[in-house]
Amino acid sequence: MREQLRLSILCAGAFVIALFGLPLCNYFFPEVMARRVGGFTISWLILGVLFFPYVWIIAYVFIKKSIALENAEARAVLESVPSEKTTTEPSVVPEK
Amino acid sequence: MNVDPHILLFSLITVVATVIMGFWSAKKSRGAEDFFVAGRSVSVGWNASAISGEYLSAASFMGVAGMVMSSGYDALWYPVCYACGYLFLLLFIAGPLRRFGAYTIPDFAEGRFDSPMFRKIAVVFVLCIGFFYTMPQMKGAGTTLSYIFQGVDLRGVLPDLFLTHDALGVAQKGLPYWAGVVLVGAVITLNVALGGMKGITLVQAVQYWAKMFAISVPVFVLLSVYGGYGKQLEANDGRTGFSPVGIAAEAGAFPDAHSTIRKALPEKAPKDETWLQPFGPLTTKAAKAAQLSPEQARPYSLLYTYSLIIALVCGTAGLPHILVRFYTNPDGVAAKRTTMWVMILIGVFYVFPPVFGVLGRNLLPELYASTGSKGTDKIVLELPHLLNARYAILGSVLSGITCAGAFAAFMSTFSGLLVSMTGALAHDVYGRMLRPKSTPEQRMKAFKYCSIIVGIVSVGLGMQVEQLQINFMVGQAFAIAAASYFPLLFMSAWWRGMTMKGAATGMLSGGLLALLGISLTSFSDLKWIDLTAFWSAHPLLRILCEQPAIWTVPLSIFLMYTVSKLTSKDVPKDIRMKMLVLHAPEQLGLKQEYIQEHRGH
Repeated sequence: MREQLRLSILCAGAFVIALFGLPLCNYFFPEVMARRVGGFTISWLILGVLFFPYVWIIAYVFIKKSIALENAEARAVLESVPSEKTTTEPSVVPEK
Repeated sequence: MNVDPHILLFSLITVVATVIMGFWSAKKSRGAEDFFVAGRSVSVGWNASAISGEYLSAASFMGVAGMVMSSGYDALWYPVCYACGYLFLLLFIAGPLRRFGAYTIPDFAEGRFDSPMFRKIAVVFVLCIGFFYTMPQMKGAGTTLSYIFQGVDLRGVLPDLFLTHDALGVAQKGLPYWAGVVLVGAVITLNVALGGMKGITLVQAVQYWAKMFAISVPVFVLLSVYGGYGKQLEANDGRTGFSPVGIAAEAGAFPDAHSTIRKALPEKAPKDETWLQPFGPLTTKAAKAAQLSPEQARPYSLLYTYSLIIALVCGTAGLPHILVRFYTNPDGVAAKRTTMWVMILIGVFYVFPPVFGVLGRNLLPELYASTGSKGTDKIVLELPHLLNARYAILGSVLSGITCAGAFAAFMSTFSGLLVSMTGALAHDVYGRMLRPKSTPEQRMKAFKYCSIIVGIVSVGLGMQVEQLQINFMVGQAFAIAAASYFPLLFMSAWWRGMTMKGAATGMLSGGLLALLGISLTSFSDLKWIDLTAFWSAHPLLRILCEQPAIWTVPLSIFLMYTVSKLTSKDVPKDIRMKMLVLHAPEQLGLKQEYIQEHRGH
């Protein structure tokens, strides 16, 4: 659970920096953000288009890591407590 | 009768298809459990489409475009945060909540703290947020129907009192706003009363794809005819609204009167600089009313922007009608995968509505001059119609498609809200509080009656809000969710020291204060109470009331923390077990379906 929380907080950090950083950029560097790129202002391009793929990347990384963490945790527990359930890869050492 | 046949046809097909699908799948849903969580066996693809379909409401489909058109850059925060709020849901809430295995948020509240009392408190907010969220859907319905039937002359058919009047008090042609609200409200309520949630899952999933189609195809056509997204934005280069000299369309393909991609802006439209730049009309309204200089207004705008972001991002994670869908995933891993797909599906969708707003500013600026159901909120419906000037009926067909999409949008969201509010009433208020010994048949009957009651109240509320912007109202519902459910779910899932008293204090004070601030601003905007002088004297207070999330969310979390610390002896005895259930991987078989205890229902 602790690793899960750390992972969540790391991913949230990457997200929050972008989310809260953009208004700050707009506030302190209005000229830069108003520069035109193919008709868009930089600020509009970031918020209206580029923000979505950025968030998908965070989500994808999170899900991959989170599921891997769960599997590792489950294996660790099942190894230490012999039960009727057999694990698929009993020899793998969990990364803890 | 003067109604565009294409628009009417597409809209009718959407409505009829929705109703038929509802009835068709109603045959398949029998038991009470089927009704409430769709038998818990919906696949990732279906569930992701269904969540997206339910989430993309009238606000996303019509409201975002309307608001981008009227306020410019600042309104872009809405679609971005609507989509990205899901990330928060994914990171902190989706997995644990599903593993806990409760039906609804009140179930979670009760199970996590072993407190039937807390369930009753939690139910209040399901209804509260739900009604706030239905109002904009109803406005979407009223706006769409009065657009479709704008040519119908009801003068002489209906008493004068029931018609729409212009500024001079003269009765207008066209279907009045309220009639649209009543009509749509009645159809959906009936559908939900007869179908339940199983019906809704299928309908929602299909409707997502209908909405995606309806928003993207007209955008592609419009952009290819009038010039690209960037080109349209470029037109907002500070030319005064009074010079109709526009940019010629590319390569002179259309050397006719339409070759300008920019029409003169009316007086009421915001100027190019303020519209295109951050901290524009939306966020500076309060400071402007207080007659601050643009320089002085900037910090206020920044505050407004942050508060809006917090409300939307945290609010998404606390929307009751979305959360209930996570229980329809077979396990926690599937719940996470579903969220990923939802983010992609809605992210792609949200690129399109702002394009409508931008195009609308250049091509249909007349809408700036009107208010209510005739204002910018109908840009998505009306804009494709312009193509009729060049390609015969193409405009009508595309306009019909966006109308159908709008129907899909408010119908699916309203159905979802009805199900979750009715579920709260039937399952919690009736099944737990009023008649704990009721039989399953009685509960099914209660579900039907409750949905009719909720439907009638929603229609009544929807009739009052014609003058408020669709998107703005949805933002307010998010702000309430952000201050009540988000802290509850977030803290209960991750902090074992939480007590019932702490949770209740935080949720109630955060939620009710947000509700109070929002109601005050809405009432004064609707001119029910006059606070104009007060707001202009205190622009900061106005912002903090209009966008309360920046102080209510931290306050709520702070109260939860302190009160829980003070009452730490009340931490549930089996807290270790509860945390294990919330967080342990499911392969371990710790999951206990909370519902099983109550299977006798």
